[in-house]
Amino acid sequence: MSTFEYAPAPESRAVVDIAPSHGLFIGGEFRPAADGKVFKTVSPASEEVLSEVAWAGEADVDAAVAAARAAFPAWSALPGAERGKYLFRIARLLQEHSRELAVLETLDNGKPIRESRDVDLPLVAAHFFYYAGWADKLRYAGFGDAPRPLGVAAQVIPWNFPLLMLAWKIAPALATGNTVVLKPAETTPLTALRFAEICVQAGLPAGVVNIVTGDGATGAALVGHEGVDKVAFTGSTEVGRAIARTVAGTRKKLTLELGGKAANIVFDDAPLDQAVEGVVNGIFFNQGHVCCAGSRLLVQESVADELLDALKRRMATLRVGDPLDKNTDVGAINSAAQLARIEELTAAGEAEGAERWSPPCELPSTGYWFAPTLFTGVTQAHRVAREEIFGPVLSVLTFRTPDEAVAKANNTPYGLSAGIWTEKGSRILWMANRLRAGVIWSNTFNKFDPTSPFGGYRESGYGREGGRHGLEAYLDA
Amino acid sequence: MLSRPPSPSPAAAPGLADVTASDAALRRFLHGLPGVDAVGLDARAATLRTRSIKTTSKAFAIDLAIRMIDLTTLEGADTPGKVRSLCAKGAAPDPTDRDTPAVAAICVYPDLVTTAVQALRGTGIKVASVATAFPAGRAARDVKLADTRQAVADGADEIDMVIDRGAFLSGRYLAVFEEIAAVREACGGAHLKVILENGELATYDAIRRASWLAMLAGADFIKTSTGKVGVNATPPNTLLMLEAVRDFRAATGRQVGVKAAGGIRTTKDALAYLVLVNETAGPDWLSPDWFRLGASSLLNDLLMQRQKLRTGSYSGPDYVTVD
Repeated sequence: MSTFEYAPAPESRAVVDIAPSHGLFIGGEFRPAADGKVFKTVSPASEEVLSEVAWAGEADVDAAVAAARAAFPAWSALPGAERGKYLFRIARLLQEHSRELAVLETLDNGKPIRESRDVDLPLVAAHFFYYAGWADKLRYAGFGDAPRPLGVAAQVIPWNFPLLMLAWKIAPALATGNTVVLKPAETTPLTALRFAEICVQAGLPAGVVNIVTGDGATGAALVGHEGVDKVAFTGSTEVGRAIARTVAGTRKKLTLELGGKAANIVFDDAPLDQAVEGVVNGIFFNQGHVCCAGSRLLVQESVADELLDALKRRMATLRVGDPLDKNTDVGAINSAAQLARIEELTAAGEAEGAERWSPPCELPSTGYWFAPTLFTGVTQAHRVAREEIFGPVLSVLTFRTPDEAVAKANNTPYGLSAGIWTEKGSRILWMANRLRAGVIWSNTFNKFDPTSPFGGYRESGYGREGGRHGLEAYLDA
Repeated sequence: MLSRPPSPSPAAAPGLADVTASDAALRRFLHGLPGVDAVGLDARAATLRTRSIKTTSKAFAIDLAIRMIDLTTLEGADTPGKVRSLCAKGAAPDPTDRDTPAVAAICVYPDLVTTAVQALRGTGIKVASVATAFPAGRAARDVKLADTRQAVADGADEIDMVIDRGAFLSGRYLAVFEEIAAVREACGGAHLKVILENGELATYDAIRRASWLAMLAGADFIKTSTGKVGVNATPPNTLLMLEAVRDFRAATGRQVGVKAAGGIRTTKDALAYLVLVNETAGPDWLSPDWFRLGASSLLNDLLMQRQKLRTGSYSGPDYVTVD
């Protein structure tokens, strides 16, 4: 060896024992689907079948909602401090099992172990700890003297942060006294089912948490179910629209956290090296499978060449490959369908005249992979500047003045997040007041904390998750 | 490395000579460098710290780290005997394995240069001497230059000078520049490492400016610290200096080295610094010609880890020499 190459450093799979088949978690027990249907979940990095999972139909959704309904009176009547004890216990168990859960998440989702270990799992536990603390303090949260839970919450989550999105949904729902039926995404059901086992281990009363696995039809049956009082969805804007139509005119309360096309805005006085890191983290974190990803780079023209050179140099050091390798920066695309969507949109980018660039990078021969990609010469009219790609693809646009930056950043039907990079504090505040986005990061990007509310404007959805604000979605307030 | 000609300014920074034409011009230039976001810099260093260096890459990195060491003793209690012992250690670090590479240099105070030169004759190991009233640098310029000339005359291959932090912090950049350039000249053919003393500069913005100032004035290396103050080399401040040498080469074509000194004691630390070099400045800097680790106790930890990789068992501190 004459150069400093990093030898493979794979995290051991031995810490996780994946059963060959998994049932639905209903009323505190695992059971097969009523009609016996199953589907397979694969590792996107290798296309290896990891397990068979029960495919819930209407009868199973019915049973799960009934179990949640039956558990609701006792659960909601518990003193908040008692509910808090269960949540603290779950949070500690999540920490104890964090290595196992991180490996399982990486296998099922394709994200690098560095991220599941250092980002997902710590945030998952932190979310449960945070809402455990609220459980006995709800009367001080600003939603009235004795805020009441809504009842049974139907929760449908995406595949990009399977366990973290579960935590965002389940922790506040339980803290406020609701019971839940959660449907994980079709391609990433395993950590939610492992979480169900943790609920059993924590002694959580049967029926308080129910997990039904399946596809879009399962989700539709769940959100359309008569016995549901609350619907919470994170996922695509298209499905979000369908859910809003289903729920319209019913008693069900709805929160939607949908797509985004966030602008990461770099001014010429920005801390450039850190801005480059922030841009990389903004779009290549989790393979760009992030609803708040900084997928549009808006850079001031006077510094555009310098920034792009630095960005390309940095992209060339990204390590793409085996998600279980501790030195991997960018893992596998979650599914063949998502890969096809990314390929279609990037092809459109080239066809419309934008210039495509990727660093030299060898992709594995099996599994679903896409090299980190940059488009320059992008205009507001290009599809790669308007549509959510949900992959490791960055569109670069330029601006000349702060007004133009605001106008371009806001020129999207979405409004989930934005980033501002400048050393000038007053400009950060000036921009933040004008950007239509639910979350605005300054001199950083993709930073999450359970105490901070998260949510969007317009086609990015409504309602907030996280923080004190996140309680409101589950209270009759 | 020493075959390169001495590089007095303005040849030190081709294309940037005009920025040192006046105090005002230099100030404008240094203050025009991009700012550093401390949170972001710390986060990047912490992420790189999670790189996992195993098996063949660990063996490679341990040997490289040994070859990059400036094995150092800078104590009031130093004696010729201590220095000779250190020189022997640097030349053959592990008596049980003669394949162990030698260190890059032995670093001593100026009055012990003669001893070190004699002890190292024929080994190819460089003699580095601190100078310019190290570590505080609080002496008249003539004294600092005389200090430097004496060390070079006694045979030092490399001079580790300290910058005038007082002048730097009070904004007298040209004074700092001129002093470095004067020491550069006094070095003659010897290599100049310029110690910024990051712990006293305190902010990352100041460290970036001082890095550029030293490079403009002709530094062959920029060095984090003396090892004599509370904060010495840290992963983020070294990462920042690696960005500076990378950017300086892109701007001028001249490559400058980096030396991280003080507080680097374990193999894990040393490997983390090599990762910083590899992923910031790049592989061009991964050689003793362009990156050094100023350390003393680090060497024995590297040797213990090297033995463990070689034999499969960890034998402990009694199986390496105490010098």
